[in-house]
Amino acid sequence: MTPNDRAAIGALSAAELRDRVAAGDVSPRSAAEASLDRASEIGAWRDGLNILLYENRDDARRQAEDVARRRERGDAGSLAGVPVILKDNIATTSLPTSCGSRILEGYVSPYDATVAQRLRAAGAVIVAKSNMDEFAMGSSTENSAFGPAKNPLAPARVPGGSSGGSAASVAAGLVRIALGSETGGSVRQPAAFCGVVGVKPTYGRVSRYGLVAFASSLDQVGVFGRSVDDAALGLHTIAGLDPLDSTSAAEPVPMYRDAARGSLTGVVIGRPKEYFPDDLDPRIRDKCDASLAVLESLGAEVREVTLPHTHLAIEVYYIVAPAEASSNLARFDGVRYGLRLEGDGLRGMYEATRSSGFGPEVTRRILLGTYVLSAGYYDAYYRKAQQVRALIARDFADVFKSGVHLLFTPTTPTPAFELGAKSDPYEMYLSDIFTCTANLAGVPAMSLPIGRVDGLPVGGQFIANHFDERQMFAAAYALERQLGAGAHA
Amino acid sequence: MSAPTAAAATATFEMVVGLEVHVQLKTTTKIFCRCSTDFGAPPNANTCPVCLALPGALPVLNAHAVDLAIRAALALGCRVQSTSVFARKNYFYPDLPKGYQISQFDRPLALDGLLRIGTRPDGSPINTRITRVHMEEDAGKSVHDRFAGVTAVDLNRAGVPLIEIVSEPDLRGAREADAYLRTLKQILEFIDVSDVSMEKGSLRVDANISARRMGETVLGTKTEVKNMNSFSGVTRALEVEFDRQCRVLEAGGRIEQQTMLWDADAGEVRPARSKEGSHDYRYFPDPDLPPLIIPLERIDRLKRELPELPAARRERFRAEYPALAPYDIEVLTAGPGIGAYFEHVARASGDPKTAANWIMGDVLASLKATDQSIEHFSVRPADLAELLDLVRDGVVSLTAAKQVFALMVKTGDRPSQIAEREQLLKVTDDSALVAWVDEVLAEHPDEARRFIGGERRLQGVLVGHVMKKSKGSADPKRVNQLLGARIGT
Repeated sequence: MTPNDRAAIGALSAAELRDRVAAGDVSPRSAAEASLDRASEIGAWRDGLNILLYENRDDARRQAEDVARRRERGDAGSLAGVPVILKDNIATTSLPTSCGSRILEGYVSPYDATVAQRLRAAGAVIVAKSNMDEFAMGSSTENSAFGPAKNPLAPARVPGGSSGGSAASVAAGLVRIALGSETGGSVRQPAAFCGVVGVKPTYGRVSRYGLVAFASSLDQVGVFGRSVDDAALGLHTIAGLDPLDSTSAAEPVPMYRDAARGSLTGVVIGRPKEYFPDDLDPRIRDKCDASLAVLESLGAEVREVTLPHTHLAIEVYYIVAPAEASSNLARFDGVRYGLRLEGDGLRGMYEATRSSGFGPEVTRRILLGTYVLSAGYYDAYYRKAQQVRALIARDFADVFKSGVHLLFTPTTPTPAFELGAKSDPYEMYLSDIFTCTANLAGVPAMSLPIGRVDGLPVGGQFIANHFDERQMFAAAYALERQLGAGAHA
Repeated sequence: MSAPTAAAATATFEMVVGLEVHVQLKTTTKIFCRCSTDFGAPPNANTCPVCLALPGALPVLNAHAVDLAIRAALALGCRVQSTSVFARKNYFYPDLPKGYQISQFDRPLALDGLLRIGTRPDGSPINTRITRVHMEEDAGKSVHDRFAGVTAVDLNRAGVPLIEIVSEPDLRGAREADAYLRTLKQILEFIDVSDVSMEKGSLRVDANISARRMGETVLGTKTEVKNMNSFSGVTRALEVEFDRQCRVLEAGGRIEQQTMLWDADAGEVRPARSKEGSHDYRYFPDPDLPPLIIPLERIDRLKRELPELPAARRERFRAEYPALAPYDIEVLTAGPGIGAYFEHVARASGDPKTAANWIMGDVLASLKATDQSIEHFSVRPADLAELLDLVRDGVVSLTAAKQVFALMVKTGDRPSQIAEREQLLKVTDDSALVAWVDEVLAEHPDEARRFIGGERRLQGVLVGHVMKKSKGSADPKRVNQLLGARIGT
């Protein structure tokens, strides 16, 4: 395969590539190899951008050949031959699943996550696992035990996080579709920083079986796409009820790609004032308002709305998420798998293993979570936080009940910041201020590129009502079409 | 007054006991995964990603376990809650793979039951209030003695479904505690939700015990006694601990709230090794499992499906079978199977008293000797009824019937077949009987001479010889007539 062929494959959308593979014009194997070759060329590995952690060329070839055989039998699948990259916290049998942590270094899951299984069943080829903040705790992918990832658009800057590696993989053209995960903005924020599309589906829309848990009531697998269409195709493939996840929903999954033909006439888009605070970077405000003007010109009605409990979201998030994390991460105890360091007796083994296996941010959150669940503090912190969380969810319910179909906001208060710029954890937490509300309320949201500031991508965010991803995609398709490719990475 | 002895001290104190009983539910698969609950499989053979707590695995509730738990709650007179919540009980131990046990905490499955455990001398019922019934998963097993210097972990039991039945501190004395346990066990057997075997670990008892002066209404400080492995062990442990507490109180000391371990071999209770201060389990609702919502229709259906419970059955037997003595009724309602067996035989034979005598005598003895359960007994109730009919109709003698029964136990054949095959039908044909009488007189010339000479008291001995020769089949009445006719000949 010549570099030209590879470039040609790289220029195809996921749907176009799938069609070429189905038609027999492109072999799944060449598509997978094009992806991995490009990763090497741009320096995606540890000594370079450090956005990828693991690959397995032999396995990718086997998967690709399997897809080729299926194609010959007339069973190509909706992602036939499309290479995909998964965040390192999604269990895969063919590649390690280490969650960016020492404590799981080298761990290979004996089973595939439901989303991995569905991708494979659709003919996608999993080519690599991507770098991430350890156990998805972070907003920059600097908290990886395997070193920070760099933004391919501006290597001195972070790609965002915690799904920074997956966002960067799409931005760098390695794949058209990658999976990340969200607990509090971990797909949308890096999508904004890398100039790609990132979707956080409704809580329960996508199975969490095989997604290594951070905070179970917030976690949701998300999809990155180079375009809205890539993301729509990716989400459709992985969405839907899974009997292995009791929190997954039986809601029917619409053809999200059909939303491309949707009209915005009569669609009411709310502009929540809490997401446009006075101290918001005016250039980001302008980009958002320009997008709102475009949406209006397409027939949408823009309405000022209020979500009055928004200012409490970060505090609530940093009680609920660490509390659940402190329990979810208890299984990493050195007994059955992963790192184990001997110490004085059982307790010594636990202490040595966990102290050495977890990085500082994970340790901080486990301690915080353990504290807020402790007897005597539970009511003051965890219970109170859950009550406020219900108020935040009610804000969204109220606004959607009032006739608003979608909300539009900036995804992040700033574009990608420089590596090492946010040494204060709280400063870092604030980069999720516009995104973590959707996780707390369980509603779907997505980020798409809406322009650039200082040459860096800026993301705009749509938020929809529960299970109304279709509406969100319809608006995103329309806005993307109007803004043109210039907004993209 | 001299210093009181221990016996005198206990006489001025009252024992107050509340019991926590863990019961393993009789399901084929575990509570949160589909692994087998088989007892005795090789270590860790019955495990999967869920019960091994592999990264990313999620629990799915076993609906059959819920049905069994509801059944138990209803049989114990509890109110089943329309919504109950699974909660995580967090603590580190190698046989607890997730680092938390999924249990129920502030919203248990069922509340407020009542168990009548007996009658006071004045005829008033002794009732024990049941605080709650909740569902939880079992932990695995730490094996300390299998490999030198290390502890091994077997997770076959991890995730086996349990219910915990908690009583109020309503029990006064070890005898009431024992009566409570026996009543509880009997009910659980009747409703077929558990094997309820303390020896096999499917029923486990922890006791909360305190002592207070007679007449006192305030509860004393309690201790929790664990590690009993038989009902008699519970009784002994309670007596020993009560005695200890009485001595401490009598000497002016205070009871320390702590866990005591029963040592059956030494006949002692000892404080459990204190676990670094008090445990804080940091309970919180498990976000992986939605609240357990039980519609009224499901509760009603399970209520309708409940079999007759022991108390109701005793009541009915008293009314329906007036020929039975109170002791007969106790024996015939001890387990679910024996009552059904009895009723079948009683109805088919039309003679409840004789049926009861056979069952309480020969049947129970055979079950014990052959280690069979009444449910799978080789003698079908219809066949036993037929045997009773044969005796009643004079077709076989009672002596022969015992032999026929022994062969029924061994072969499972019908009694008429056996009696015929073994020539145990009662012989009333004079020619055969006369021949046996002649033979007996010939074989015992001395007795024969004296008998014929008028020594009537020898008749019994001679009849006995004839019966023996006939293997019990001779009709003893006719033999007596035939022998009597020989006197003076």
